Amino acid sequence: MSVHEQFAEDLAVYALGGLQGDERSTLEKHLQDCAGCRNELEQLRGDMSLLALSVGGPKPPARARARLLKAVAGEPRPVAIPRRRSWWTLIPSLAAAAMAVAAVFFWIENTELEGRLASLERQQATLQAQLLLAHEVVATLTAPDAMNVTLVAAKTPPQPQGKVMYVKDRGSLIFMASNLPAIPAQKAYELWLIPMQGSPMPAGVFKPDRKGGAMVINPPLPPGTEAKAFAITVEPEAGSSAPTMPIVMMGAGE
Amino acid sequence: MFGAAIIGDSPEFGLLSAIRAGSENAMAELYDRYSAVVYSVALRVLSDTGAAEDILQEVFMQLWRNPGLFDSSRGKLGPWLAVIARNRAIDFLRKRRPETDIDDVVVSVEPDLAEEAQRARAMEKVRGVLSGMPSPQRSALEMAYFEGLSHSEISAKTGEPLGTIKTRIRAGLLALRKAFAT
Repeated sequence: MSVHEQFAEDLAVYALGGLQGDERSTLEKHLQDCAGCRNELEQLRGDMSLLALSVGGPKPPARARARLLKAVAGEPRPVAIPRRRSWWTLIPSLAAAAMAVAAVFFWIENTELEGRLASLERQQATLQAQLLLAHEVVATLTAPDAMNVTLVAAKTPPQPQGKVMYVKDRGSLIFMASNLPAIPAQKAYELWLIPMQGSPMPAGVFKPDRKGGAMVINPPLPPGTEAKAFAITVEPEAGSSAPTMPIVMMGAGE
Repeated sequence: MFGAAIIGDSPEFGLLSAIRAGSENAMAELYDRYSAVVYSVALRVLSDTGAAEDILQEVFMQLWRNPGLFDSSRGKLGPWLAVIARNRAIDFLRKRRPETDIDDVVVSVEPDLAEEAQRARAMEKVRGVLSGMPSPQRSALEMAYFEGLSHSEISAKTGEPLGTIKTRIRAGLLALRKAFAT
């Protein structure tokens, strides 16, 4: 490592503490980046320390030694303390251990939460897909401009028809009818669920449109009711609590 | 012979280790080895025994409070203490706050200064070098070292150019180095 010649003399003055102002700040900035000049500065300080030997002088008085040792005894150094370790010196270790335990706990909890979140995200995606399908189905079924066509055997005159889709456990029901005869004013058709046991249960009041089509979606039915058959009667517009004979249409489950 | 010395097995290394462990006896032994160097430098600068004793106290208490300030892999303890004592004494003389952090001082020089005989031989050699210098050079070096004057102040005091003062100071230090290198 070489010394930069332009700083050589400044280094000597600096080692003695005599460099001031801009010269000092310039040199200190240079020393930050120059290992060669830093090494030379150490050498110069070593040279400088030799000047201390040029003076002999008396030895320090005995009182100076006593004063120092008294001060030393009165100021035990912190590094000696660990030999008499007290509980509070364990605080950093305990804190570190507690933090480690907490970190593990939070990691486990975080992993569980991430798992639950992923499961919920999958459920949400499934529900969204189902909802989209349901919307499409309902939109088609309920569209006012939908074309309703019932296919029957060739050369068969149009007949009133009804179709029920019923899910017992949910109590959900969709009913679609076609070619229904027009019905007098003040009157309406009423759909009935005929259970395996007990009286017929009202399943919706409806009037056919001018083409004879009609639809009932999810009338209020108790879930879990097992249906033996479905029937349609003509009732007052407000509906009835029990069917009025005769039954104009009827069908049983397949 | 100059240069940094690895002194892990030296007596001073053992003393410093004991001081790090809190040994007051080790501190007393260290004081017995180096107090003469520290005190003589402080007294030469300050010309006041009471002030020199304060510097002596301050230097050793700093070492007691933080032995790690001295890096034993980068020089001898004696010269390091001499530099610290001189700097503190100059600060005291000039009524200024310490300008050099104690842990900034690294001294690469070989003489231990712990043994009185060794110190006496070194003193004789230093005095020989100083007496062999041209008077203006020795004077500039001593004004800088013992009075803490800047090169500008020395220039103003002697009427010599700044560059000349700088050159003399550096040449004086290099002459000391050369004497101890052989």
